[in-house]
Parts: sequence; C-alpha cells; structure tokens
Amino acid sequence: MKVLVAVKRVVDYNVKVHALADGSGLDVDGKPAVRRSLNPFDEIAVEASVHLKETGAADEVVAVSVGEAKAVDTLRVALAMGADRGILVHTDAKTEPLGVARLLKAVVDREKPDLVAVGKQAIDDDAGQTGAMLAALMDAPFGANANSVELKDGALYVSSQTVDGTELRKLSLPAVFAADLRLAEPRYVTLPSMMKARRKPVETIEAETFGADFAPQLKITRYDAPPARKAGVMVGSVAELVEKLRCEAKVL
Amino acid sequence: MTILVVADFEEGSLKASTASAVAAASLAGGPVTLLVAGHGAEGAGPEASKLHGVERVLAVETPEHPSPETIAAQVLANCGGCSHIFFAMSFLNRAAMPRVAAKLGVSPLSEVSAVLGPHTFRRAIYAGGVITTVQCPEGAVVVATVRTTSFEPAAADGAAAVAPGAAAPAFEGSVFVTSDVKKSDRPELLTAKRVVAGGQGLEDAAGFQALDRLAAKLGAAVGATRVAVDAGLAPNEWQVGQTGKIVAPDLYMAFGISGALQHLAGMMGSKVIVAVNKDPEAPIFEVCDYGLVADAKESVAELLKAL
Repeated sequence: MKVLVAVKRVVDYNVKVHALADGSGLDVDGKPAVRRSLNPFDEIAVEASVHLKETGAADEVVAVSVGEAKAVDTLRVALAMGADRGILVHTDAKTEPLGVARLLKAVVDREKPDLVAVGKQAIDDDAGQTGAMLAALMDAPFGANANSVELKDGALYVSSQTVDGTELRKLSLPAVFAADLRLAEPRYVTLPSMMKARRKPVETIEAETFGADFAPQLKITRYDAPPARKAGVMVGSVAELVEKLRCEAKVL
Repeated sequence: MTILVVADFEEGSLKASTASAVAAASLAGGPVTLLVAGHGAEGAGPEASKLHGVERVLAVETPEHPSPETIAAQVLANCGGCSHIFFAMSFLNRAAMPRVAAKLGVSPLSEVSAVLGPHTFRRAIYAGGVITTVQCPEGAVVVATVRTTSFEPAAADGAAAVAPGAAAPAFEGSVFVTSDVKKSDRPELLTAKRVVAGGQGLEDAAGFQALDRLAAKLGAAVGATRVAVDAGLAPNEWQVGQTGKIVAPDLYMAFGISGALQHLAGMMGSKVIVAVNKDPEAPIFEVCDYGLVADAKESVAELLKAL
C-alpha cells in the first residue's frame, strides 16, 4: 500500500499578511526573509500518512510538492516526519488549485498510489479545492474534512467533520482524503530526524515535462485590506456593558 | 446567460445559505435556475420555487446520504449551457464544487463574498486579512461557492415552476456508513442573530455550561475557539474561525478569547463585537466595539444575573 501526500510551502501562519497600499500585491510577495512553513493542514496529512505506515497499514509514504525550488525545504520537513521520499514538481510560475491538481494527477499516474492525502485547505489562498479536484481527475472518491481515517478490508473508512456532526463513509481505493485539524497531532521535528531526512531521496521533475495545462485562469486585479472597523470603547463593568448594548448599540 | 444555483437543504427544507446564493446569482445577472439535488429534493421544491429571482426549479432525487461525488454528478447532468454555477455553502456543496469545476476544466472560486459583475468577484485570502478582486475569463463557466453571511438572503415572494431535472447515476465508490449529528436547542451558529463564544479564558466545562445558559437567555448560538475545542471544552461544530465556521451575527460576544488571526477570520463581519478578557493587551480588544477587562467566567455569571 502506497500513500502519496501533497504538501505546500506557505507563509507561516503567525505572519500577518497585508495588502500593499496601491492594491497591486501583498507585502510578503518576493520577500524571501518572510518565514515560510509547511501548510499546517498538510502537516496533519503527513502525520496521518506516516501513522498509517507505522501501524502497518501502508508500506511507503511519498511526499510531493508543486512549486519553486525552495519547496524542497518543505519536502524535507515531511521526510523528517517519516515520509520515505520526496518529489518536487518544479515550476516558478504562479499556480492555481486546478493546475496543481492536474500536475498531481500526472504524479499519481506515475506513482500509482492507493491513497492520496492532502490538507483540507492551504492557509494562504484558503481555497480548499485541490484534494477534491485531484479526486475528480482520478475519478476517485474524496473524503472531505477527515477527522479520522482507517484502512480496512481494502477500503478507506473516513469520518468527516460536517456542519453539525460527523459522517463516516467507506471509500473504494484509490481514494483521496483531506485532513482536518483533528485528524492527527503532528509530531515535533527533531534535529536528528532532520539530519536523517537529508539522506532521503528527493527527485525534481520539471512541471512542463508532464504536458499538463497548469496555467492560471483567474486574474487577481486587486488586493485590499478588509474594511476597517471603527474604534471601540472600553467599559468598566458588566452593568455598563449591558447598558451600552441596550441603549447605544440596541442589540439587547 | 443562465445561472445555475445548487441548493443546500435538509429534510425537505431549504437552508438560509440557499437564499444567499440565489441573491448572489441575481447580482451576477440571472435568470436563475435552482437545482435541488439530494434526498428529499422533491419536498424542498415548493419552498425553492418561492425564492425571488428564481425562474425555474429543477428537482433531482438521490438516495439517502448522497456523497459529494453523487451531487457533483447531478450538477454536471444539469449545467449544460450555463454561464455560472453557484453553490450554496454546505459541507456537501463545498466538496462537490471543486469536483464539478475540475470535470469542466475551469478554475473555481471558493467563498465569494461580493459580486462586482458577471465575471468579477471578491473573496478573502490569508484568513480574511486580504480581500482579493478576481476576474474570471469571459467565455468560461464561472464555478463558485457563495459565502452565506455576505449576501442578504433573497426574499420568498416568487412563484417559479418546479420540474424534474436530469438524473445521473449515484457514484458507487463512496458509501455512507453512519453519522453522528449533534442536535442542539440553540439556533444554528451560521445564521444566528446573536452568538456568544468562549475561549481558554472560560477555563473549564463549567465555564462553557454557564455560557450555554447565557446563550439560552439571549436566544444565541454558542461558538468556541480552536483552543477551547482542542481542550475538549466545546464540540468541533462550535469552532468559529478560518478553519471552522464564518459567522456574521448582529451581536458577537467573545469571552476569554485572545483574538488570534485565525479566530478573527470567522467573526470579523459581525455587526457589534463585545470582548471580555482579563488581559488588557489581548488583540481581540483591537477589533471590538465594546471591551471589558475582566474575568470571563465571572462576567458570564454577572450577565446571567443582569439579563
């Protein structure tokens, strides 16, 4: 059983990203000094994949990333967490989830995994599309918002977080699942595991060699700050708060 | 130009997200065809036909607990000739939308928050820290989910005809096993006019029980931060934020919530924000309309007495 896990290098979740004043871009664009990390949901997907290997359900975990050469650092984190090898689909071009899904589909065709793990969304574009799109291109079932996964009797049992609870489904293999926050607690990457990860193989494939169309279709014409809220007031007591909510804001 | 809106409904009754998606579709141009696909679709037809701007309703019945793949198949069977496909936000539609887009070979938009024209939309990125204006190519189908809280729901004053839609076979690779739905007496978090939310500052289960009593008194829904959910103080379904639910009630009261970016992403659209936190430096005070530096647990108790 082979698991392919897709990982994305994103601006670290602790960095507050702002739109430039003229609306032309973001303050982090083209700034290598801004801290980048493995997308938190992908970290959970890697943990869940490695866990499947450690419990004997899977034999091999392959981490794959689409993007610039620096994404190798992200792959190394996945390797340090326990993935066996990495594949970088290299492109410096801007990509959208559809293009990434098409490139991942090319990797799937080559690697033939039984299972593909992704994070439920990347915290930069907040799209939450890639996993479902890859499943569509594979004609495979998709386990959305997975908060538990189990391989049993040649199928994947996925419990999904829905709006008002959970739903357990049985997916035929190959399948794609998207990790939600509570699927797994990512392990801490230690220095020795990082050193070990350096010796694991990472293959680089130029994106163009797959022949997939990954050119962006959408055009972002402006980046703006969200509408500013007017400054609030501090109150001194619960009684004063109730009075303000009743008489001033009229929401009670 | 024909716009297909994919409804969100449950037990034969439309969810508020459907009326919001219809409103967004009307802004993009219209006329609107509303696709009600799923189990109990025919039952939701009459309600769907009343939504303002809807020209016709297509009902497609599926087996119980359809998968996103089955919903996507029904959409693909009914979207021929459409210029736009808007999905009302729901767990199922959120997963079905990218599948439809991938099959059509178009890049979709997740959670559109404003319609500026038939091919120009706004949506948030970076946990709501940046709002992008996005131009879709003309001539390609626009596929998107619609953020429920960003559009005033369409009125129920129409009278469209209901007809059966084209039915595609159910997808066989995803089989429902069981579900665990948490029924609550409180209003739905996504559409509640008032929300009371708790974080780490409420300390323990007793703190959340008191918050729930306050919610009952205010007719409010209860929300929580990731930290509170992780600590087991509140169920997953209550999580408000970038990765949980996006809410925009008239009143949002945050108790013991510091105001991490990821939480603010889920409630910044609220009309009035109240923050109660004992740390005067907490970032939540930068976005609130009314702030009170005090112990969250004690304040909930005092509010229960005062209201």
